[in-house]
Amino acid sequence: MIHSLFLVNSSGDIFLEKHWKSVVSRSVCDYFFEAQERASEPENVPPVIPTPHHYLISVLRHRIYFVAVIQSEVPPLFVIEFLHRVVDTFQDYFGVCTEAAIKDNVVVVYELLEEMLDNGFPLATESNILKELIKPPTILRTVVNTITGSTNVGEQLPTGQLSVVPWRRTGVKYTNNEAYFDVVEEIDAIIDKSGSTITAEIQGVIDACVKLTGMPDLTLSFMNPRLLDDVSFHPCVRFKRWEAERILSFIPPDGNFRLLSYHVSSQNLHPLRSASLVAIPVYVKHNITFREGSSQGRFELTLGPKQTMGKGVEAVLVSSQLPRGVLNTNLNPTQGTYTFDPVTKLLSWDVGKINPQKLPSLKGSMSLQAGASKPDENPTINIQFKIQQSALSGLKVNRLDMYGEKYKPFKGIKYMTKAGKFQVRT
Amino acid sequence: MEWANQLCENRQFGSKMTDSKYFTTTKKGEIFELKAELNSDKKEKKKEAVKKVIASMTVGKDVSALFPDVVNCMQTDNLELKKLVYLYLMNYAKSQPDMAIMAVNTFVKDCEDANPLIRALAVRTMGCIRVDKITEYLCEPLRKCLKDEDPYVRKTAAVCVAKLHDINAQLVEDQGFLDTLKDLISDSNPMVVANAVAALSEIAESHPNSNLLDLNPQSINKLLTALNECTEWGQIFILDCLANYTPRDDRESQSICERVTPRLSHANSAVVLSAVKVLMKFMEMLPKDLDYYGTLLKKLAPPLVTLLSAEPELQYVALRNINLIVQKRPEILKHEMKVFFVKYNDPIYVKLEKLDIMIRLASQANIAQVLAELKEYATEVDVDFVRKAVRAIGRCAIKVEQSAERCVSTLLDLIQTKVNYVVQEAIVVIKDIFRKYPNKYESVIATLCENLDSLDEPEARAAMIWIVGEYAERIDNADELLESFLEGFHDESTQVQLQLLTAIVKLFLKKPTETQELVQQVLSLATQDSDNPDLRDRGYIYWRLLSTDPVAAKEVVLAEKPLISEETDLIEPTLLEELICHIGTLASVYHKPPSAFVEGSRGVMHKRLPARTGSGESTESPDVGTAAGGSAPEAAPSIIPSQGDLLGDLLNLDMAPPTTTGPPPPNTGMQMGGMDLLGGGLDSLMGDESEPLGGDIGGSPAMGAGFGAAPAVMPASLNAPVGGGLGDLFDLGGGVGMPMGAYIPPKTVWLPAMKAKGLEISGTFARRAGVIQMELILTNKAMSVMTDFAIQFNRNSFGLAPAGPLQVLTPLGPNQTIEVSLPLSTVGPVMKMDPLNNLQVAVKNNIDVFYFSCQYPISMLFVEDGKMERQVFLATWKDIPNDNESQFQIKDCHLNSDAASSKLQGSNIFTIAKRTVEGQDMLYMSIKLSNGIWVLAELRVQAGNPNYTISLKCRAPEVSQCVFQCYEAVLKN
Repeated sequence: MIHSLFLVNSSGDIFLEKHWKSVVSRSVCDYFFEAQERASEPENVPPVIPTPHHYLISVLRHRIYFVAVIQSEVPPLFVIEFLHRVVDTFQDYFGVCTEAAIKDNVVVVYELLEEMLDNGFPLATESNILKELIKPPTILRTVVNTITGSTNVGEQLPTGQLSVVPWRRTGVKYTNNEAYFDVVEEIDAIIDKSGSTITAEIQGVIDACVKLTGMPDLTLSFMNPRLLDDVSFHPCVRFKRWEAERILSFIPPDGNFRLLSYHVSSQNLHPLRSASLVAIPVYVKHNITFREGSSQGRFELTLGPKQTMGKGVEAVLVSSQLPRGVLNTNLNPTQGTYTFDPVTKLLSWDVGKINPQKLPSLKGSMSLQAGASKPDENPTINIQFKIQQSALSGLKVNRLDMYGEKYKPFKGIKYMTKAGKFQVRT
Repeated sequence: MEWANQLCENRQFGSKMTDSKYFTTTKKGEIFELKAELNSDKKEKKKEAVKKVIASMTVGKDVSALFPDVVNCMQTDNLELKKLVYLYLMNYAKSQPDMAIMAVNTFVKDCEDANPLIRALAVRTMGCIRVDKITEYLCEPLRKCLKDEDPYVRKTAAVCVAKLHDINAQLVEDQGFLDTLKDLISDSNPMVVANAVAALSEIAESHPNSNLLDLNPQSINKLLTALNECTEWGQIFILDCLANYTPRDDRESQSICERVTPRLSHANSAVVLSAVKVLMKFMEMLPKDLDYYGTLLKKLAPPLVTLLSAEPELQYVALRNINLIVQKRPEILKHEMKVFFVKYNDPIYVKLEKLDIMIRLASQANIAQVLAELKEYATEVDVDFVRKAVRAIGRCAIKVEQSAERCVSTLLDLIQTKVNYVVQEAIVVIKDIFRKYPNKYESVIATLCENLDSLDEPEARAAMIWIVGEYAERIDNADELLESFLEGFHDESTQVQLQLLTAIVKLFLKKPTETQELVQQVLSLATQDSDNPDLRDRGYIYWRLLSTDPVAAKEVVLAEKPLISEETDLIEPTLLEELICHIGTLASVYHKPPSAFVEGSRGVMHKRLPARTGSGESTESPDVGTAAGGSAPEAAPSIIPSQGDLLGDLLNLDMAPPTTTGPPPPNTGMQMGGMDLLGGGLDSLMGDESEPLGGDIGGSPAMGAGFGAAPAVMPASLNAPVGGGLGDLFDLGGGVGMPMGAYIPPKTVWLPAMKAKGLEISGTFARRAGVIQMELILTNKAMSVMTDFAIQFNRNSFGLAPAGPLQVLTPLGPNQTIEVSLPLSTVGPVMKMDPLNNLQVAVKNNIDVFYFSCQYPISMLFVEDGKMERQVFLATWKDIPNDNESQFQIKDCHLNSDAASSKLQGSNIFTIAKRTVEGQDMLYMSIKLSNGIWVLAELRVQAGNPNYTISLKCRAPEVSQCVFQCYEAVLKN
């Protein structure tokens, strides 16, 4: 099982270590540092590194490497999932997961890690339970504790830990009972030079914020549940009911949680039309050229809305890694602001909203090193955007019902589409 | 007040009241100050002090000196303070064992506390204190806690057993904790069950043979019930445990699959992958025609695809496992090619894995898409990735024949980019394409030649040289091209040197007139100026071949090349099966068997997929052949992986020894002196080759014989320098051979004197140093002198023919005996005999001609390069239909498997792999006959049982009987 954990910052210092079994010397991280040095980019460090006596399994989050040390055969995904859970917990507790935040709360961090694993076995990883055991720090509580001498460690056995619904604590009380659901879809796509779609798929999630008194039992049904044939559920969802009736039935955890995530690929959207695709909401017209022997290159980029179901495309951000040979750019955006970093060669253009009547464009020239041959690689354009009040796949919630409690909760459902890894090749 | 001052300082710097304050005490008297604070009367101050101590500890500062002071704070009813002290204790107890005893009392007391949280905390912490003295005190509280009324305490205690076992295994066994733990598998609480399973699994890892997790249908049912109710982590433990179970029949298998399938929709990817493991293993038992089997296959694809939308680290592990899954069951993901397309900002480790899987999934249906993608990748920035992408295009060409042309043109486009490393990679793969599809794409050679100068990597240079040599007759200036490489010959890497040598020899054989000087130059560079033994040996072999028998040289050097296999890096099926049983583990990430991971003494049981019970097939051993659908239907005669082809030319030597069937020429000295070494050879090369070789090849047949028969008759009149060289060569003749010890049957009388007017012939066959010999004893039992001996063979099954004359130099007087050995070649006329190894011989002397027949052991036809590559072996084993398999028993053999293996090796029966299953050793062996027939064998040796079972598989099943006889003969002698 998980032996030890080291937290390493971007400059390669170990700033926290935790051992769940015997102490493993810090020097084991030297193997990690070696791999880190070999990697061209921070994210290229391989996630599993063998050393003579241990294995190092790491994840990189918020520019911190979480390096777990294991000694025997342990499923690597188990370790990686656990590390993600650690990151999520820190974020949940401290708002951000940064080196400063961790150092600021080092004792809470230590208590948390101790509570999450016992002898390398996961103990309590549900945020609901952890928060009962160890209260998240707030400025108010710190002040109160200092004055009254009370503690931020719970005195009671966490109630949820042994019930049949371990994700929910008992005795929850709210004056305003509310349940909000966000259907968020991210579209991943690769568009080729000519504008045709190579791959497009949707990663969707339904995130919930449920603040309901008592033990509510919820059911959520969809207008078009057929879309969801590749889904991952929160443990609270009753799988049998879903299999039989395509209805989500569950006792929700208290507070924020991810109810389900799903995946829609171009195939399962329209099972009958084999070549049909996930609707692509924006298009890009581009002309990026370098001529042999000239120290100038042309750069033209125009964005436009495509299939957006009548909703506006906003928060558009275009970025592109230009070839190394580009020294600088001289471009004019019709709207928004653009920056070019001559060191990293990263071009980024904050477009904002796309106005279908007046399409945003970015045009101008790039200056190249004099006398150098024209760059070999073609830059890829990365686009981010948001479309409010619409889920691209067309997924729609039909109704939400509550059983088991008497009060009338306030219910709300929001839809949003975002670009995930949306890439246009040139 | 120091503390308050600091607080104020922090405030001044605008910092919040946070734990970072604990890091600020870096002054000299730090420890001293903390000590004072720890002993303070005020609770609050104590707690703050302990927090400071913990903070120092987390950053690796040594605060062990405070041990007694911190332990003093332990007796408190403040839970937070207690926890903090426990944290400290766990870290430092080992360095202060005597002090740690002080804490025991509190622990024991806490284990009786009314609050289950305190009880659990105490037993948990105690287990983390790795001090022998403390563990003794732990036993009693632990026993109580294992039976505690509160499941939270029980579940904590279960883990504590694993902790204790890690510290003192004997103690745990003596105290009977293992049995208590086993009982917990039947606990009413699913969390307790999950933790008990986890603890037992961890303990079992250090006891490979103990029967800790005794799985039976009842306990499986308990586990499956707990599976639905326990936490995600518990589900992982239970699923991994389930994967070790072997269901009794396909119905039980199906019912387990049905109950595991819902886990595929879990949000935790580790749960998903563990469920995939269970399903992949158990579906092996389901009959393929079952509807449920198809349903299950369909259900597996979506969760695997979903794993690829997770974080890159998860993707990496998932991809490594998918790589195994697509090798085992390509049908699962065959429609999901697109999800493996590479995004430009994927980390490099994800990109490379995706690429690998893309090639595995490439088929005629999707090849166009794949190629378009690969071409796109070839323009990316990352050099490693680009190289692999270019290589992938070549692999596609070899894998999907219909796409070969498109691949070649894509490669040509890439060569036009003139990006140095792209060009080099492209040339390397084009060489493989030429190998696979000879005489199809030569039109591109001109383009390749344009890039000759830009090649600076040995592999690319060697590939280019190979192409020039192979197609020398179509490249007008081949000689100039090769000559240009020759200038810096000694600076080239060995790979390039060897290739250059071979290429120039090929060129010479194709265009003898213009290139004689060139070939002499390269031969002398290789043999006289080089220190590299490989190069020198190859040089001498060519030199010899060219000087003795240019026609044979042509046959050898320009021989048809063995095919290259489609996929070069398939995991061999037995390993693949084992890895499928370990999906989701480190073994699956590294694609190595788990035994390669576990340290030292801990043994690991090899896992195998269960056999299908429904279908009633009794396929033994590599039974994957029946499982993996539709692979490689065409029968390939002999396949070697493409990497081996640099040596291919050299290996061919053994397959085609010189043919010299002409009459014996006068055995005069060899005319190899000086630079005119090729004189004779050249004439015959340019003459009509179809004519039988006359005696005008100066001295060569004798050489041919001498080469084989070891330096028995070395003329003394050799020129000194060449003689030295030849000496080397003869050494080579003796040294190339395998360690002696090939089985030679005892001599028997073939021709009794009565039947042959007084000539008695007895003899045997042997293979010495790669040359087949007929060893004869001729005895003259007549009254008169016998002279003018000659020998001839009738046509026979393997084309055996004398490679030289029967060397009876002196007349054989009455009652005289002479021993002669006659080298044999296998290039004579072929006719199938019955029995297969029958040989009819005619011996002539001055009296008469006599006929007799004898049987040779087929083992003398086993050639030295009969060791197959493992992957090739497995592919071939699969390819050969089961009908061609025959089984034999070898009785009363008392060798162990290793002794048997080395004994067989002496006769060129090569053991490729050995596996031990349930005390039975399985040896996988390959044999290659001189006519290129491969025989694959599986020998099963059970310890203590003198009867071996042998299964033989061969495309020509007729030989099996003879091969079996050889096994028997070799093993029993």
